[in-house]
Amino acid sequence: MNIQEFTAREIFKNHGIPVKNFGLARDVESAFEIARGLRFPVVLKAQVLVGGRGKAGGIKLANTLDEVQQKASDILRMELKGIKVKKLIVSEAVDIVDEYYVSISLDRMKKLPTLIFSKSGGVDIEETARISPEKIVKYDIDPFYGLKPFMARSIAFHVMDEPQKAIELASIMMKMYDIYRRYYANLVEINPLAIDRDGNFWAADAKMIIDDNATSVEPSLETYRDIEEENPYEIKAKEGGLSYVKLDGYIGCVVNGAGLAMATADIIQYFGGKPANFLDVGGSSDPAKMKLALEIITNDPDVKVVLVNIFGGITRCDDIANGLKSVLDEIKPRLPFVIRLKGTREEEARKILEPYGLTILEDMEEAIKEAIRVANKGGRENEHIG
Amino acid sequence: MSILVDKSTRVVVQGITGRDGSFHTKAMLEYGTNVVGGVSPGKGGAEVFGVPVFNTVSEAVGKKGANTSIIFVPAKFAVDALWEAAFAGIKLVVCITEGIPNKDMVEIYHYYRKNGIRLIGPNCPGVISPGLSKVGILPSQIFKKGNIGVISRSGTLTYEVVYHITMAGLGESTCIGIGGDQIVGSSFIDMLELFAKDDETNGVVIIGEIGGRDEEETAEYVKREFKKPVVAFIAGKTAPKGKRMGHAGAIIGGGESTAQEKAEYLRICGIKVAETPKEVAVLIKDELERGR
Repeated sequence: MNIQEFTAREIFKNHGIPVKNFGLARDVESAFEIARGLRFPVVLKAQVLVGGRGKAGGIKLANTLDEVQQKASDILRMELKGIKVKKLIVSEAVDIVDEYYVSISLDRMKKLPTLIFSKSGGVDIEETARISPEKIVKYDIDPFYGLKPFMARSIAFHVMDEPQKAIELASIMMKMYDIYRRYYANLVEINPLAIDRDGNFWAADAKMIIDDNATSVEPSLETYRDIEEENPYEIKAKEGGLSYVKLDGYIGCVVNGAGLAMATADIIQYFGGKPANFLDVGGSSDPAKMKLALEIITNDPDVKVVLVNIFGGITRCDDIANGLKSVLDEIKPRLPFVIRLKGTREEEARKILEPYGLTILEDMEEAIKEAIRVANKGGRENEHIG
Repeated sequence: MSILVDKSTRVVVQGITGRDGSFHTKAMLEYGTNVVGGVSPGKGGAEVFGVPVFNTVSEAVGKKGANTSIIFVPAKFAVDALWEAAFAGIKLVVCITEGIPNKDMVEIYHYYRKNGIRLIGPNCPGVISPGLSKVGILPSQIFKKGNIGVISRSGTLTYEVVYHITMAGLGESTCIGIGGDQIVGSSFIDMLELFAKDDETNGVVIIGEIGGRDEEETAEYVKREFKKPVVAFIAGKTAPKGKRMGHAGAIIGGGESTAQEKAEYLRICGIKVAETPKEVAVLIKDELERGR
């Protein structure tokens, strides 16, 4: 779960990491109001969950209230990497003298939290790793002992020349580790961690990723998600226990299992088609999930044909067929269906679906090719069901 | 032979009285798995399909000689179940549960490694050695005893591939779902090391996906020292960067490869990569016939 900067800033502030005064604005008027209460210059930052906002023009400095109005209006009309900007941060700017990179992240290969520090702040860490890896200091944290203050100090003394700065840096690192633990984060990143003319540290940016698994034990973490920034159907799917990701094609997919759902989308592409989505209905044969899945898919205007791909193992094909039947009876989608059923009780499933005159195939590749053929023929426009 | 599970496997089911736990206990018993006990705190003394229920894993180990555990308990309690299995002296733990936080998994992972306990999962379908034992939720009917080892980060995609392997007239020695989470107990390499020593495994199929670097490290390992033929399938070619595709681990993170890049790297290391599940069976059959 990617967390917005304004949320991460709030968390940082609450845990004693220095952040400049700021406010969140959804329109030019409130940007103006917030700016009136701040010390100039201020920085306006688009709040969207994509990287490289600065390069894309989503971060602007304003020296006067007039500039705030002008630039806030510009930003709120922007699209960054295809995402419409809905809100922005207005923050006092840091008069940056020096900037660093600090993060604590989960190292998937080592299965440990790792602290990373770099003297090149304000640039992607991957970029630094490529161009000047010698600038990066990595410290593996033992999950049983955690990050002790003396460990943070030894890293800080190693990278900072001034002892007082090192002690302050170590304290920020400790606070970051505390946040990493408390919020079940996979990443807590400050880039840049800036030093101003007066020698003070400031988190000039704030980034956090929360572990998706953690919400099953700590449901309250869901409150940090910016629902507004997510596809409404993805949210609806999630609430109903499905995994759904919108893609840019036209073959709607309903599949049981995440791996098979990914493979289905991949193979559609391999045979020259384009998947409209990734959708995993899960292992269960719950008709409510099938219904929600089909509602989402058939409401997607890009979809020309629906491909249902079920490999019945523990999931019984006849249960799936019954779920499908009840949905077809109720919502009567006006779209062609291609159905692939294989495995446990597939014969019974065929019998259940026979009266609907749907294309039912046994082989996944055949079904995918058929779905592509139907879509190319026009799909939605030419064929009707129910 | 086979790896991980066979006739000597004595299973304790943690969470045996739950819906999934009891359902799959029955399925495992029907397959011939030696399920010697179940655990459900507070329900000791009960029976589930003739299997005695204990209050603690230790009791199941002490009284029934359990050496393998399968965990079905919900995410909230699964971490404790993982610790309990380890402290009771279980040496192989299969964790089916989905949704265990990384914060807990990093501790479990390192504790298990240090103490020589093998963990399969979490968020996995388990392990099956066809004809011998099943410790998991995999649909038995698609498997056939044979000489192909299968290792996968997925569930139903594994069944799809196995179905084609079986239809091609081949069979499986052992099939392992290592799990779809960001942190799982066993890697592809851990399993390949076991398959390398298994006389009945002549070739291995790897089913990988986006997220992490496990496939890349595996490719290097195979190139360096694994002598048997390996065929791979990588899912997630259509996945947008930074989007989670169902599995917690299936997300292209910062600086990580796409599925195409992973596939390309595997090919560079001499591993045949299939474009469809059906092609996996064709390629592994070819490889085995060429090797003869």
